[in-house]
Amino acid sequence: MSMIGTIIVALKALRRNPMRAMLTTLGIVIGIAAVIAMMEIGSGSSNSIRKSIEKMGANCIMVMPGAFRMGGVSQGSGSTMSLTPEDCEAVLRECVNVGKAVPVVNARGKQAVAGNLNYSPNNIIGTGPDFLSIRNWEIGEGRAFSDREVDERSRVCLVGATIVRELFNGQSPIDCELRIQNVTFKVIGVLKSKGANMMGGDEDDVVIAPWTTVRLRVTGLKYGSATSTTSKAATTPSELYPGSGVALYPEEKDNLRTDTLLIPRFIQIDQIVLTATAPERVDAAIGELTALLRERHKLKPEDADDFWIRNSAEFMTTITNTSKVMTNLLLCVALISLVVGGVGIMNIMLVSVTERTREIGLRMAVGARSTDILRQFLIESITLCLVGGAIGIMLGHGAALLVESQLGWPIESSPGAVAAAVIVSAGVGIVFGFYPAWKASRLDPIDALHYE
Amino acid sequence: MLIELKDIRKTYFLGEIDVPVLKGISLGIDRGEYVALMGASGSGKSTLMNILGCLDRPTGGSYLLDGEEVGGADNDRRAEVRNKLIGFVFQNFNLLPRTSALDNVIMPLAYTAGKLSGRECRRRGVEMLERVGLADRMHHYPSQLSGGQQQRVAIARALINHPPVLFADEPTGNLDSHTSEEVMEMFGKLNAEGITVILVTHALEVAERAGRIIHIHDGRIVTGAFERGGDK
Repeated sequence: MSMIGTIIVALKALRRNPMRAMLTTLGIVIGIAAVIAMMEIGSGSSNSIRKSIEKMGANCIMVMPGAFRMGGVSQGSGSTMSLTPEDCEAVLRECVNVGKAVPVVNARGKQAVAGNLNYSPNNIIGTGPDFLSIRNWEIGEGRAFSDREVDERSRVCLVGATIVRELFNGQSPIDCELRIQNVTFKVIGVLKSKGANMMGGDEDDVVIAPWTTVRLRVTGLKYGSATSTTSKAATTPSELYPGSGVALYPEEKDNLRTDTLLIPRFIQIDQIVLTATAPERVDAAIGELTALLRERHKLKPEDADDFWIRNSAEFMTTITNTSKVMTNLLLCVALISLVVGGVGIMNIMLVSVTERTREIGLRMAVGARSTDILRQFLIESITLCLVGGAIGIMLGHGAALLVESQLGWPIESSPGAVAAAVIVSAGVGIVFGFYPAWKASRLDPIDALHYE
Repeated sequence: MLIELKDIRKTYFLGEIDVPVLKGISLGIDRGEYVALMGASGSGKSTLMNILGCLDRPTGGSYLLDGEEVGGADNDRRAEVRNKLIGFVFQNFNLLPRTSALDNVIMPLAYTAGKLSGRECRRRGVEMLERVGLADRMHHYPSQLSGGQQQRVAIARALINHPPVLFADEPTGNLDSHTSEEVMEMFGKLNAEGITVILVTHALEVAERAGRIIHIHDGRIVTGAFERGGDK
């Protein structure tokens, strides 16, 4: 019997009992709908996470100073001052898997003043021109600063959209002045808005300036031993006791300090931000970095690293894994409902075979082979499941759309999930339809013809 | 010789007791004959009919249909024989419910090995319905047809593959005398056209229309095993 003929016969047989067919296939409908909805919502959310990480820079690697241990107590990341601009240059020079690298210094908690407004930006970042391309940040208006401006410690800066709103009332701030810690910066560019990052923080609440300017003019120099800390409170023991006011030498005047910029022997930076040449080279780049920095910092093999390396892929995997676990759990539930649906199909197919015993006998009497009968019932159950699957795909997609419109969750329709649903429902039809079909094909034509 | 049975035996094994139903049947039927198989109920005539119709296997003996041994053939070959060489008409018509007369008639073509187009199938179905005089009822469901009409649809279905032999198991058993007449005329007409007709009955007036009557009693043929019938 031809395939199309068999399918037509199967559809006719199903049409004889539409209500029953509908109720039978309900299990499959619900199962497939659940699978589709889960897949669309799940892949939508992991996609949006991926996007927000890509916004941050997909193959971005950060090196931070490590934790300083004092008396066995870790002082936390950044409590030692182990990174220097020279480290950054060395990385660029010697690591083949590193594309771009810039030093970063932070000046948190400083106030910015423009005209009669003042505001505390979340981030005041001192860095190099490559920082923008590493973090996928674009200039909306104006221009970025150049390497030369970094070398000259120029007092120029870029501002984020939030700063424009808070300090300049939304007006274009280009060529306006902005003061941070009594240092006057000229705004030369506005960053394109990035919105919130994946932790919910405002990415636009930022001022970016050449790192030399920030380090040498704003935050002040951080010299010294590898164990000095950034905090002013925890300083030398002499300051903790009376008599600390007595100075051996005349104090340096503030204006004298800013006017005569002495390049110190040893400048600290807070971070090195860099990219691997390609996303798949991230691990290789991290290996090189570790080796190079350990060598430069003269660490013995038994010493722990005095720096931390973080990359955005780590965030990505952590967060994607979380959402994957949730999606997989829900998928399991959906699959269980598919199995339940399949048992329903098997049940009704067995009823159908019993009911149509005489028809089977007649078909055999006029020349149907047992394989013809097997195929007819198998196709009937597959048709039932596929129709259920098709309805389920539509329902599931509808449910996902509803979730998107009502709850605002991102969804992503996936052709893969639809294909999987079709294959799974056909598979359920085959697995659970086989036994009834096999039973039908084993009937004896004479017994079947005389079955009452 | 179209049909040749040699010492056909059929025994049912019901647990510990064996029940012999056919105890050595030998008969021969020529092409174009009109044969009636008679016997009391329980005589084994229905079992014989099932073996002749390739629905059942004999326990022993040989069955040659058109020169081919079909008694011991495998299931697929016997299905093909049922499809191509044999037409079978049942006492209770056995039409598919909620399926039009035409679709009932062309149903066996679905199992015929050579592929026919849908249009060709329909053409042949209409031709067969014309042959049994029901071309105007081809879109009716069995429930909308009288018993005689239903049986004629069943005859058209049996003839769809132009088999040389037509078996009928009590074809008038469920019909009243008027509609029986209708169906019996049909068989006479088909036999006149050259089809071998073999029917089972226990109504003598039905059997008398046949050219030859084979009497069966207790699993054995009493009379009529080999002689040629007279009037055709």
